[in-house]
Amino acid sequence: MSGGTTEYTIADDGSFTAPLELFYPYKRTVGPLLSRFLTGLREHRIEGTLGSDGRVHVPPAEFDPMTGEPLSEWAEVSSTGTIVTWSWQPSPVEGNTLQHPFAWALIALDGANTNLLHAVDAGSADAIRTGMRVQARWATEPVGSITDIECFELVPESAA
Amino acid sequence: MRDVAIIASAQAVNTATTTATPVEMLIPVVNQVLANAGMARSDIGFWCHGSCDYMTGQPFSFVSAVDALGAWPPIIESHVEADGAFALYEAWMKIQTGEVDTALVFGNGRSSSGDINRILTLQLDPYVVGPLWPDDRSIAAMQARACLEAGVITERAMAQIAARNHHNALTNPVALRRGEHSVEQLLAAPLVASPLRELDCPAHSDGVTAVIIAAGDRARSLRARPAWIRGIDHRIESQNLGNRSMTTLPSAVIAAQKAGVANDKIDVAELHAPYTHQELLLTAALGLGESTSINPSGGALCANPMMSAGLARFAEAAARIMDGSADRALGHASSGPWLQQNLVCVLEGE
Repeated sequence: MSGGTTEYTIADDGSFTAPLELFYPYKRTVGPLLSRFLTGLREHRIEGTLGSDGRVHVPPAEFDPMTGEPLSEWAEVSSTGTIVTWSWQPSPVEGNTLQHPFAWALIALDGANTNLLHAVDAGSADAIRTGMRVQARWATEPVGSITDIECFELVPESAA
Repeated sequence: MRDVAIIASAQAVNTATTTATPVEMLIPVVNQVLANAGMARSDIGFWCHGSCDYMTGQPFSFVSAVDALGAWPPIIESHVEADGAFALYEAWMKIQTGEVDTALVFGNGRSSSGDINRILTLQLDPYVVGPLWPDDRSIAAMQARACLEAGVITERAMAQIAARNHHNALTNPVALRRGEHSVEQLLAAPLVASPLRELDCPAHSDGVTAVIIAAGDRARSLRARPAWIRGIDHRIESQNLGNRSMTTLPSAVIAAQKAGVANDKIDVAELHAPYTHQELLLTAALGLGESTSINPSGGALCANPMMSAGLARFAEAAARIMDGSADRALGHASSGPWLQQNLVCVLEGE
């Protein structure tokens, strides 16, 4: 990790450097669409909004990307999908849902027309490829957050 | 439309870290750009600043930056929470209103205050992406892989971009990273965020850029060969990564059209592409060909001071016009994941 500091240091010119951690302990409402999406995750249900062109947006788009009109029609999609692209995270950082090396991926869930960004617990960079099938692994204590999906895991080839 | 030109610039030497405050970083560069233009503070009609509180970890940190300008007698001043290049766009519009004839534009960032890969996570969707804490490199790496697998780019082409920029930076005194690397050496380097290698990623730095722009005859009186802004346009992609093209940059295509890039040949282009694959995407989107020299400065790969790197591209492009080595140049600034925002500026000599 670059930057930041947890150390107290004095530079050659005598200037003293000390850690400063800011935090924002507020609560906020996420609005009607994201409320439905996030509380759905708590019940292991992934839903998106239906655009005017018939495309299903997951996570839900609040406004139609084509017309700008508010969207209100919903469609449930699968918790299984296909890897569209990925990258490898060799050293997880604070806040990641997995604390061992994993892949980031954009995932096209079955029934969705947009891609969801999430972590994939693939074991090693050699084990993952674009086009592989993945399924959601749910968190043991859901709270109504995107992290209620702890990560996705590879669907065994025989099952896919 | 009023004719407006860049007539002077100055940059701080980029550093990996500093103990200087933003004001201490700004003062010498503001003084230098005024000296380069032969102007006094009282000659500046409008001051416009680009910076970001997330860099310094202080709310309203831009207010204290006014200490570097001198606020008495009163000045006309504005700030954008963005790269200084976007402040230049505002200053250009301010001059279009006819209210002022000159503006000093500056951008500064101290990326080393925190973990920059993590700070950049905060620009992502705060509800469905941010809570997962994907870092900047990982996000960029997903775009790179999509481009590689679509056959839009190759790893060799990415290494060539890295080699050329680091070579070019050998003659850039303010760059943070520079050196001679063969493509084979670069391709043999380990992956840091597959498919990216260390030198595919930006050299995040602490830095400052300042530029002075002026209208019409005022510009001609201050500089023998001003860099005239012939077109400038800003376009934005969706904030939703899952609903964006990973292999094309529609917003950059439109910005290039609106700025008139294709009206004549471009001698020099300075592109704000933090990652090697992004320079390849931009070159295609902007329609740049073999005859254009790209990033003679080494670009953001060799020094990427947040909130200043885009304005530095404008300064570098303008310098080529002002010294007579180019007749037509392109300056580009971006921000956001996967080059979400694209500001394109065409500069010409007279």
